[in-house]
Amino acid sequence: MRIEVALPVIIPLFFGALALAVWQWRGVQRAVGVLGSAALTASGIWLLVAVWNDGVLAMHMGSWQAPFGIVLAADLLSATMVLLTGVMGLIVALYSLVSMTPDHERFGYHPLLQLLLAGVAGAFLTGDIFNLYVWIEVLLVASFALLILGGERAQMEGAIKYVTLNLISSLILLAAVGLTYGMFGTLNMADLAAKMGEAENTGLVTVVGVLFMVAFAIKAAAFPLFFWLPASYHTPPVAISAIFAALLTKVGVYALIRFFTLMFTEAPEVTQTILLWGSGFTMLVGVLGAAAQFEFRRILAFHSVSQIGYIIMGLALHTPLALAGSLLFIIHHSVVKTNLFLISGISYFARGTHELKDLGGLYRTHPGLSVLFLISALSLAGLPPLSGFLVKLMLVRAGLEIEAYWIVGIALLTGLLTFYSMVKIWAEAFWKADPRGEEAPANGAAWPGRGGLWLLYGPVAALAALAVLMGVAAEPFLQLSIAAGEQMLDVDAYVEAILGADAR
Amino acid sequence: MTAEPLLAILVGVLFATATYLMLRRSLVKLVIGLILLSNAANLLIFATSGLTRGAPPLIPEGMLTPEGPVADPLPQALILTAIVISFGVLAFAVVLIHRAYEVVGADDLDEMKDTDT
Repeated sequence: MRIEVALPVIIPLFFGALALAVWQWRGVQRAVGVLGSAALTASGIWLLVAVWNDGVLAMHMGSWQAPFGIVLAADLLSATMVLLTGVMGLIVALYSLVSMTPDHERFGYHPLLQLLLAGVAGAFLTGDIFNLYVWIEVLLVASFALLILGGERAQMEGAIKYVTLNLISSLILLAAVGLTYGMFGTLNMADLAAKMGEAENTGLVTVVGVLFMVAFAIKAAAFPLFFWLPASYHTPPVAISAIFAALLTKVGVYALIRFFTLMFTEAPEVTQTILLWGSGFTMLVGVLGAAAQFEFRRILAFHSVSQIGYIIMGLALHTPLALAGSLLFIIHHSVVKTNLFLISGISYFARGTHELKDLGGLYRTHPGLSVLFLISALSLAGLPPLSGFLVKLMLVRAGLEIEAYWIVGIALLTGLLTFYSMVKIWAEAFWKADPRGEEAPANGAAWPGRGGLWLLYGPVAALAALAVLMGVAAEPFLQLSIAAGEQMLDVDAYVEAILGADAR
Repeated sequence: MTAEPLLAILVGVLFATATYLMLRRSLVKLVIGLILLSNAANLLIFATSGLTRGAPPLIPEGMLTPEGPVADPLPQALILTAIVISFGVLAFAVVLIHRAYEVVGADDLDEMKDTDT
């Protein structure tokens, strides 16, 4: 019984319910939101330390022995993702204290955010594929409601695409779960991993594996299944865009990594090939889409697609170093992309627009914001000594080690194009003269007071510092991710930790 | 005569119908397509996990295991969970298309391209 494995799920559920109970008192709700995310962060740290010390941890819910009951399992990958969920939740909860209008809060922003975090943490921790489907539905329902918070026309249009494609992906996932149960008679991940070699019809196993791949690739927004993301991510309030960019596609990527390192490893010539080609196209198409955009948040949304390609590339290369690179890339991307979305929110406060042609002169009026943007943007593009450089170096080196030169070429080209479109934002929004003229007021009417500014800039500065730290003091991050990469490929140890020593 | 081929055909027809409906431009047909798709997935779970007719998984009094082969109760539990989840999610989808219809003023997906690129 390791309670720390279940805590990251219980805490946000509890605080979400608490936030619902204090619906009438908006101030209390805000405090509950921040407190819940902080508690989730703390439990994430506890879990990561416990997993680092003791190896893979499992908690059998209701004391039903695996594989008969539902297992919550935490290895280094899960624990890191949970800690990331907590940190991102805390950052966005703090930021949204200022950025959310009272109307949005009145419609249940804080409880919904906690439910979203609960769903994400549950998806990262579960060791049962049907349970994974359930957690994904929990986070989807919360994200549906968050996406249409405010009810503007663009949000409705974006939400229809988001809801439809995500529901289709969930139903494909459900069908694949059903087929898996039909073939193996079990839904426990560790049990499936142990039984995968015994399948009579290996062709069918591969087909089901590809069904899972399609379902999770829609959630991860990989090529050619990403169209819901750029159609919807720029429509909700900016704090919601930020938490979506930080966590939602990561659930899809996490599931891909989990399924194709642990379970569906029998036909690598099919699955790894599809993943490798898919990652190359995802990187290129995403970044080219971004190059064609002239709206701050749409550019960022397309970059989310492109960066997912890097993470899947690490999975497709399938060496310990590449998987470590993938994990570190997930952290890097969450930190940096969330930060860029948050910065776009501050620039919206100042100028009241996201269109690059109407922005301008931010460098003159807001030099601090410009520096923070530059740190995040250059990190996304992969310039040393920032976090992006480290993770891209790991992936490129992993690619060169197994002589996959063309994918390395695409990755480097994508880095260059990313740099181009970040420079585009810099030149248009920050560098060029304000199109409204020199005398125009620096800040719009919505610009918050001094106390509000602390809450806007504080989270942004913290994330920027984290991006620098990941590049400059890389050693602990590297150790963690390399240990996680080796653990992912050590299937036997995982199975033993969940099922007991006599399972194999 | 087993029921499995019949179920398999039914699942296929449901998937095909759902796909056809979702490819139409109408919002209402889109949601009906989603409803059919979720039913198809549920029936698929039922069909693939094998049918055992007339043998409920009950243990006779005084024994520790059931006599002979019995139906597997787990797929039914999975389907029940999935039905409840899709009920909630589809209720949301119905409200969403209603709101979208009010805001956009058309039951036509081609009218909703503002956020596309």
